[in-house]
Amino acid sequence: MEQRWGLPLLAWPLRLRPNTWDLVALPLVLGLVALLAWGSLAMSARYHLGQPLTISLDPWRLPGYALRTVLRMGWALVASLVFSLAYAALAAKSRQAEKLLIPLLDVLQSVPILGFLSITVTGFIALFPGRLLGVECAAIFAIFTSQAWNMAFSVYQSLRTVPGELIEAARMYHLSPWRRFWRLEVPHAIPSLVWNMMMSVSGGWFFVVASEAITVAGHTILLPGIGSYIAVAIEQKNLVAIGWAVLVMFVVILLYDQLLFRPLLAWSRKFQPESSADDENVRPWFLLMLQRARIFALIQAGLLGATRGIDGAIAGLSEMRLRLPSARPQPRPLFERLFDLTVLALALGAAAWIVVFIRAHVGAAEIGWVFVLGMITAVRVLVLIAVASLIWVPIGVGIGLRPKLADRVQPIVQFLAAFPANLFFPVAVVLILRYRLNPEIWLSPLMILGTQWYILFNVIGGAAALPAELQRAAQNFGVRRLLWWRRVMLPAIFPAYVTGAVTAAGGSWNAAIVAEVVQWGKTTLTATGIGAYIAQTTASGDGARIALGIGVLCLYVLAFNRLLWRRLYNIAAERLRLD
Amino acid sequence: MTVTGPPALLRAAAVCKTYRTPDHLGRLVLDHVDFALRDGEIVAILGKSGSGKSTFLRILAGLVPPSDGIVEYRGQPVGQPVHGIAMVFQSYALFPWLTVLGNVELGLEAQGMSAAERRRRAVEAIDLIGLDGFENAYPKELSGGMRQRVGFARALVVNPDVLLLDEPFSSLDVLTAETLRGDLLDLWDDRRIPTKGIVLVSHNIEEAVEIADRVLIFGSDPGRIRADIPIAQPRPRDAQSAGFRHIVDQVYTLLTETGRDGRRGAKPEPIGIGYRLPDASVQQLSGLIDTLTEAPYHDRADLPHLADEENLDIDELFPLIETLQLLGFAQVSGGDIELTALGRAYADADMLARKQLFAEALLKHVPLAVHIRRVLDERPGHRAPAARFLRELEDHLSEEEAERVLETAINWGRHAEIFAYNYDSEVLNLENF
Repeated sequence: MEQRWGLPLLAWPLRLRPNTWDLVALPLVLGLVALLAWGSLAMSARYHLGQPLTISLDPWRLPGYALRTVLRMGWALVASLVFSLAYAALAAKSRQAEKLLIPLLDVLQSVPILGFLSITVTGFIALFPGRLLGVECAAIFAIFTSQAWNMAFSVYQSLRTVPGELIEAARMYHLSPWRRFWRLEVPHAIPSLVWNMMMSVSGGWFFVVASEAITVAGHTILLPGIGSYIAVAIEQKNLVAIGWAVLVMFVVILLYDQLLFRPLLAWSRKFQPESSADDENVRPWFLLMLQRARIFALIQAGLLGATRGIDGAIAGLSEMRLRLPSARPQPRPLFERLFDLTVLALALGAAAWIVVFIRAHVGAAEIGWVFVLGMITAVRVLVLIAVASLIWVPIGVGIGLRPKLADRVQPIVQFLAAFPANLFFPVAVVLILRYRLNPEIWLSPLMILGTQWYILFNVIGGAAALPAELQRAAQNFGVRRLLWWRRVMLPAIFPAYVTGAVTAAGGSWNAAIVAEVVQWGKTTLTATGIGAYIAQTTASGDGARIALGIGVLCLYVLAFNRLLWRRLYNIAAERLRLD
Repeated sequence: MTVTGPPALLRAAAVCKTYRTPDHLGRLVLDHVDFALRDGEIVAILGKSGSGKSTFLRILAGLVPPSDGIVEYRGQPVGQPVHGIAMVFQSYALFPWLTVLGNVELGLEAQGMSAAERRRRAVEAIDLIGLDGFENAYPKELSGGMRQRVGFARALVVNPDVLLLDEPFSSLDVLTAETLRGDLLDLWDDRRIPTKGIVLVSHNIEEAVEIADRVLIFGSDPGRIRADIPIAQPRPRDAQSAGFRHIVDQVYTLLTETGRDGRRGAKPEPIGIGYRLPDASVQQLSGLIDTLTEAPYHDRADLPHLADEENLDIDELFPLIETLQLLGFAQVSGGDIELTALGRAYADADMLARKQLFAEALLKHVPLAVHIRRVLDERPGHRAPAARFLRELEDHLSEEEAERVLETAINWGRHAEIFAYNYDSEVLNLENF
């Protein structure tokens, strides 16, 4: 036995010797480190408000801009990750915190992301006087808000559903609360966290592009990046430059897909209790390289050693000092009642303050009008979802029923969902102007341009999951055409479809802010709606009206979630499950 | 309290457990359980589902605090999991993201042992339990039997004094369970593991009688020790021997006794609407009645024999038997089941008549069915939401149990056509009658 144990030790030098994978891996690692260093330095450059930041439309500058955009995304992702772990841990461990944090998350999820930008940017600039970092932080924060909430929610749900026997095993084998968090709870949360994270990043490209050109107190700040490049191209009516930007974005998302999305998803399957069918056969090339190249084995060993050290130190500390309660404490009715009342009072107070603040600046008639605007946008969203469903449901079913085709199409659809649709807005504007189309109608499709793919993606998945036996049975009984759709296919894909439609609708509400007002040079096209209202008030920096617009939009989103989507969701979960 | 005889490794005195119910009355699941695990002893705990045997094991482990009474390990009170007591779980409880080696090392790592020492001991434990060659496999690559071996290796690697086994073989197929059980007994009997006492919770009577030095029978509602049966035969035991069969018969008799206080031949106490209806489907009940009328039983069967012949787990068999008794279709005494005249009539009846007999039995013997029917009769629209009855049941049962019991009642009632149920609206009604 001693000998067998000796073997891996002897194998060490062999493991260190480079192999063919390292030929690719080494330049990649070194290049990545250098790029990160350059980009991070540029982020904290000197800057004071009013100083013009020139963006060149020279295509050769684009890769540099793209890197800055990607870095922003990266920092937002890191922040979201830290936030969601901390937030979810707090909500899952404390009954009081849970009561406050979870409804808060629900509301935050429905706040239009682009609304955050105008509110937070001044604060961030004040935080880092004389540096560009403040504006960078504001942009990063805007991206953060597009990612953090659903990630936090997924971690929270995972933490609440750790199998009881695993918790008991962790307790029986004396894992400290700190160790239990990292060894049991976080790993358990990883599959769903990674999935949500990747979905968030896909959605985030849209916002990173939208949040780089920021207007503060009348000054337009153009952070170096693809989004600013597009903004300048629009101002100068340069369609060729927009073409270049689209091309570079295409490459960026392709790299993101190949280097991050697929490897991470494949890696996260390790944390699932049971292996699924597509487990082993599809291992992305990049993950393969990470797992095979010796240089990564070295890096991994180093990192592991370091984390073990930290882990050991903190585990010892938490053993001694932080005797955290190992289970959720027993409820104390009186205390809880008081806590609930305090929270309720605070919430009511905040709501009242907002109403008073808005009423002081805005008349009742305008408030009523904003609700009407909300209704107009709501109609747009619903009509668009309906139209997109009519188009994509049959196509998605057609693809989903052909497994080979579905395997090939799914990555493409994922890619399309990640591609920031706002890059194509100028093209739409040019078309509308050329053919003198009605912007009230023809601007609307922009809202769903980027989000329709969620419907297609989920419908393909739903159709592919329909057991072959059910299809055979339907064939056997001669169920065809309309009856087949009504009794077989539509109910079968309904749960997946609802998931897709919810995502698409949520994204469309957000997109309204950038899609209802679009520019081309000096021309501005506007569609009546609450998105346009928010965009216009943001441009003029009218605090009370921004708050009003965002507040009303939130109310609409929350109402739709409660009254429509959640109900459809429940029907899907209760009645139409395939198990 | 003084203990006589050999000193106890693990001792529980007057342990009670009450769970909070929505009306704050509390529901007693364990009632004054006294227990001592002596040095060198394997004790098996048997009981129907709901007897609190699993809760009791978790109290011994320090995972669940008792509402009253104390647990002591070597004279020290157990409030938290303590070093020296290890546990093996029913569904393995392995960490899917750790390899076999990682899972086994976990307990050692938490003790702050050095990496090299950890590795040495883990590999030793893995070899001991026959997992060599699988050190770097992930649990999902292993079969159930291999996974449970990892569970045992993880428990044994910390050199526990006391091993607590929570139905460790019940997720495995018969052959695999047999092998693993045999291997564990070999390690124990050859003293190749330092473990000094084992407590096994099981629902397999033959397994318990095969392994244990002592079998404890838990009664239900609330859980308490009803019998303590010492088994003196040396291991390995011959399952066909007269002595072995006698003990198995004795256990069956004790477990199927209708008198809820355990006294032999006691008259059954009247049951209320909160009675824990057994988890039995009408299909299975009819099937069992038909089987009993046929050869070789001819209306009467020895329970161990029946379980063996018909390949029924006691978790499957006991609910059926209890239901037949409850409805008056059969009687059980001395480990034998016999069809009553009513049961005989049911067996001879056609499908419609069977429904009729079933409905009459329900309305005569099952208070919950009677209650539901009465409420529906009294209401003007003859409709009532299921939630209404669920709330009533939750005064007596845990949330999960209440749901299960109501579901059973609804299934029986639907079959008997004494009421109907709409899944979408979750409303009970008298439609179509």
